[in-house]
Amino acid sequence: MNEPKIHVKDFDFFYGASKVLHGISMDIPDRQVTALIGPSGCGKSTFVRSINRMNDIIPDARGTGTILIDGKNVYGRDTDVVALRRRVGMVFQKSNPFPKSIFENVAYGLRINGGGSKREMAEIVERSLRRAALWEEVKDRLHSSAFALSGGQQQRLCIARALAVDPEILLMDEPASALDPIATTKIEELIYELKSNYTIVIVTHNMQQAARVSDKTAFFMMGRLVELGDTKTMFMTPKEKMTEDYVTGRFG
Amino acid sequence: MNTTFKSRDDRGFRIGTGAIAALVLLVVLGIGFELTRQSLLSIAKFGFGFWKGTTWDPVSGEFGALPFIWGTLYSALLALLLSTPIAIGIAVFISELSPRALRQPLTYLTELLAAIPSIVYGLWGVFVLVPAVRKLELMTPESWKKIPLFKGPPLGVGMLAAALILAVMVIPLTSSVAREVLKNVPSTQREAAYALGATRWEAIRIALGFGRTGIIGAIMLGFGRALGETMAVTMVIGNNPQLSASLFAPQYTMAAVIANEFSEAADELYLHALIEIGLLLFIITIIVNLISRVMVRSRRTA
Ligand SMILES: Nc1ncnc2c1ncn2[C@@H]1O[C@H](COP(=O)(O)OP(=O)(O)OP(=O)(O)O)[C@@H](O)[C@H]1O
Ligand SMILES: [Mg+2]
Repeated sequence: MNEPKIHVKDFDFFYGASKVLHGISMDIPDRQVTALIGPSGCGKSTFVRSINRMNDIIPDARGTGTILIDGKNVYGRDTDVVALRRRVGMVFQKSNPFPKSIFENVAYGLRINGGGSKREMAEIVERSLRRAALWEEVKDRLHSSAFALSGGQQQRLCIARALAVDPEILLMDEPASALDPIATTKIEELIYELKSNYTIVIVTHNMQQAARVSDKTAFFMMGRLVELGDTKTMFMTPKEKMTEDYVTGRFG
Repeated sequence: MNTTFKSRDDRGFRIGTGAIAALVLLVVLGIGFELTRQSLLSIAKFGFGFWKGTTWDPVSGEFGALPFIWGTLYSALLALLLSTPIAIGIAVFISELSPRALRQPLTYLTELLAAIPSIVYGLWGVFVLVPAVRKLELMTPESWKKIPLFKGPPLGVGMLAAALILAVMVIPLTSSVAREVLKNVPSTQREAAYALGATRWEAIRIALGFGRTGIIGAIMLGFGRALGETMAVTMVIGNNPQLSASLFAPQYTMAAVIANEFSEAADELYLHALIEIGLLLFIITIIVNLISRVMVRSRRTA
């Protein structure tokens, strides 16, 4: 319990020649929710995408420094990136369902992981959709196109898809930015429920949301980690003036 | 004030582009009309029997287009079968696998292939491909020759040579359209796959699935190109109108018979019959092209 799930030390990140993360060091605790906040362009997405090495596919992008998950180096020579990404799920800022049916979207991760019996599949798909608060809306049309869903439904579908492979860590990059208040509440309840089993890192621009769902909050600015602490402390009595200005909306 | 200007601009633009589109449509209709007018004698004499007739005998005035239709469709279909995996492979390699520095040169190279004149392909076919095909035919075991697919004397010229040359000619077109389709697949699709633990190959399959309709369209465009190709095919197919399933048999295509016999067509009916073949080819290619364009455009389906 005391060992951090994710340990980051002196992590820098570059897109080509431009350095966008500067010496990030932080511990992300196991089975808790850590919120990343900070102004647009400060490097939150870049940082979460570094944890599951999503940035590998961007040409000329590279990170230096250390990121450990359960003590093992994510950027180690012998790291199996595919296996890593199966353990570290991700929900993106923009929903990105596949041009398949609702069912096949959720089942995709299972299929590429070797599948399972038809019944197992159906069970996992239903459970994942339920957890993502989408089941009631789609249970009668599981085999119609995912593109026919609304934007908010598509985002919940992407959450269900990520949950179906049962990752240990869930990275969520502004998962609720396209959702209405009701769906947002559902997602927040989901996060609350999930944290007993998963380690969750969530990027959000919504201060109330960060305050509601997270245990720890990290404040980023211009590629640097300004402050990290218990969410309550960060919002009530932050150490840094910058943090206080940002969380109270007096920023800039 | 501003808005009125804007909408007037907009209207002018709409009318302009609309007029051009209408003009193109008019030209197409005009061609169809003229082809019909010039083939009235044959249409009147043979009716729909022209589609089904198998004899082509200018001396006795007996004209049937089926062997040519067959030769055209068969060669184009074979070319499609041969070229599709290679063309898609090239597209996937260039857009998904190759190092970025290689991308531009490879693209340029495949596009260069498309710029080679048909006659040059034909010459290459006559001097390189046909002898090679003949060697292959000579090596075919006797027992295989009983199968309809391999019947016939080892001439070199024939359906196989035609299909091969068509395949080579079609690959640049299909692969460049398929590459364009893949390039337009949003990177978020690949990211979604990778984030679920997909391998590179699995992510490529997602991209191909996303661009499915566009890629089918690319293949159909290649098919349309193969249907109309004349010069190179004429030089290697053997120019013998017969309904044969054999890869080794010399056959004939619609475009080839028009090119070869147009200047010899002495009597009116002969000429009209040839032009009617042109009309059939025109109709078939328009249909194929229309379907493929629609498919390339509608990228998003599920
Ligand atoms: N693919 C890329 N290539 C080059 N620069 C990039 C790329 N992606 C992001 N950047 C740059 O890196 C910096 C950090 O971007 P990032 O997307 O991580 O910010 P963010 O905190 O997630 O912002 P937002 O809140 O708007 O999502 C920005 O200056 C951005 O312009
Ligand atoms: Mg972001």
